[in-house]
Amino acid sequence: MEQAKKAELSRIATNIRMGALTAVFSASSGHPGGSMSIADIMAYLYFSEMNVKPEDPKWEDRDRFVMSKGHTSPALYATLAEKGFFDKELLTTFRQADSILQGHPDMKAVPGVDMTTGSLGLGISAACGMALAAKHTGKTFRVYAAVGDGESEEGQVWEAAMFAAHHKLSNLCAVLDLNGLQIDGPITEVMNPTPHDEKFRAFGWNVIVINGHDFDQIESAFEAAKKCTDKPTVIIANTVKGKGVSYMENQVSWHGAAPNKEQYEQGMAELAAQL
Amino acid sequence: MADKIATREAYGNALAEFGDKYPNLVVFDADLSAATKTGVFKKKFPDRHFNCGIAEGNMASVAAGASTAGLIPFFSTFAMFAAGRAFEQVRNSIAYPHLNVKIGATHAGISVGEDGATHQCCEDIATMRSIPGMVILNPADAAEARLAVEAAINYEGPVYLRFGRLALPVIFDENYKFEIGRGVVLAEGTDVSIIATGLMVHEALAAREILAGEGISAEIINIHTIKPLDTELVIASASKCGAVVTAEEHNIIGGLGSAVCETLAGAVPTPVLRVGVEDTFGRSGKVPALMEMYGLTAANIVAKAKAAIALKK
Ligand SMILES: Cc1ncc(C[n+]2csc(CCOP(=O)(O)OP(=O)(O)O)c2C)c(N)n1
Ligand SMILES: [Mg+2]
Repeated sequence: MEQAKKAELSRIATNIRMGALTAVFSASSGHPGGSMSIADIMAYLYFSEMNVKPEDPKWEDRDRFVMSKGHTSPALYATLAEKGFFDKELLTTFRQADSILQGHPDMKAVPGVDMTTGSLGLGISAACGMALAAKHTGKTFRVYAAVGDGESEEGQVWEAAMFAAHHKLSNLCAVLDLNGLQIDGPITEVMNPTPHDEKFRAFGWNVIVINGHDFDQIESAFEAAKKCTDKPTVIIANTVKGKGVSYMENQVSWHGAAPNKEQYEQGMAELAAQL
Repeated sequence: MADKIATREAYGNALAEFGDKYPNLVVFDADLSAATKTGVFKKKFPDRHFNCGIAEGNMASVAAGASTAGLIPFFSTFAMFAAGRAFEQVRNSIAYPHLNVKIGATHAGISVGEDGATHQCCEDIATMRSIPGMVILNPADAAEARLAVEAAINYEGPVYLRFGRLALPVIFDENYKFEIGRGVVLAEGTDVSIIATGLMVHEALAAREILAGEGISAEIINIHTIKPLDTELVIASASKCGAVVTAEEHNIIGGLGSAVCETLAGAVPTPVLRVGVEDTFGRSGKVPALMEMYGLTAANIVAKAKAAIALKK
């Protein structure tokens, strides 16, 4: 990837992290850890990969994105705001009673949200349905989904994995956010869902393993996914939960906790320094 | 009288029939297309039928996703697995975003027969009724089942269609009008209002004959749409008759009987006695024996009608 593009994506990803942090701070609740880990992927998807029109969010030929790990809505909302689907100011209304920005993504309320999610395991199935519909109707749009590594303990994720391979949904690309943590602790201690690569391969998927914070690797993974024409692809992205905010990195406790004012200001300053 | 036909059979036939008229109609199954009768559609439109395997939760969410891209998905399995196993997927993937997915649930109620309690879902109306915005259709015969399918296709939003395994006589003819949310007065009466749904409509009509022989005039109402309930009709009939009996092949908790009580309690408090499965599980057996055992009979409706009349004043 060219240096300029990389710098630009990196700047966007940092803005997404700042937007997500601001949303969670404003709400005094929400899920920052998994929002930070997926931010680089979100930046790449919406600013390099996906074909979307912020001025026409329901455009029927658009590529779709499903945040199957719906609790990381702050990352999705911050990305959509960054892309121009709605005003960034809205992020400060996150989780308020009069806001469209529900705790978990609501497709009927928020421009750019393609699927309502929040209950883990359901989004990846819905993404399968979209990909199937695209194939069935001869449309060329692609469908992307972000799945949590803790989420992958849900049986439905594997029902969906079976379905996608069986129906040869090569237009589906899932990203597994392998940040190693869930609510009660490390995934390997709570209920070990690894190894994801061997499992997905056994389920008939095209599997690509990357560092989810390296734009060169992110780019080549999404490019390789598009070249695979007979299988769905999963990009297993090794990430750091809380990435970009020092006190949040790799800390289970920042899965679903909001920073206080001091912590928020420190986090924003650290992120600003990365711009 | 025409040959007997199960509403599930009419459902499969209707899908195949309407498949021509509605090219966006697609069908999802979970390894039960022979039993749910969607196999009829599959045979005619093989490329519009998708098997999901024995994975009902995934199927419900897949259907939700497919609907967002302009398809009109029906997904089918037994009522137990559609409204039970996949309850949460129906609620969160389909109903909360009010997506255009139709749930073709067959083998509802005790009349499943020999398979027994694990497959006799008498709780599906209760779970589906508790979901905001869900439409619930429970046709009483094959003719009504066919009309219900087309009405569901033309309705924008989630619809739960409840079909039975048991072959039933056809009671409605080609002049029968079906409108979602509109109950149907099958016979007028003045002493007691019998409000029935699904196969219990047949029992209600038989009960009316028995009651007439004893000088009791029963009004018979067919509620094919349990939600949204035709509250206007229910209130009018209860006001006129002063006593109500509900009849359904479902737990008396959470189904039509509950809906009628909830409606009347706040409008025209009226004695209501409920015929249904009395908060118990089913069991294996021949259907007529089971219907008798669980009180899903004209005789029980007659007894409850007299008791309801006795409560008037
Ligand atoms: C079906 C379901 N069960 C439980 C929850 C509560 N919950 C929210 S987030 C979470 C942990 C998710 O961990 P992971 O998928 O690893 O997400 P990430 O680390 O990316 O934040 C749980 C258990 C839920 N939202 N849905
Ligand atoms: Mg995780």
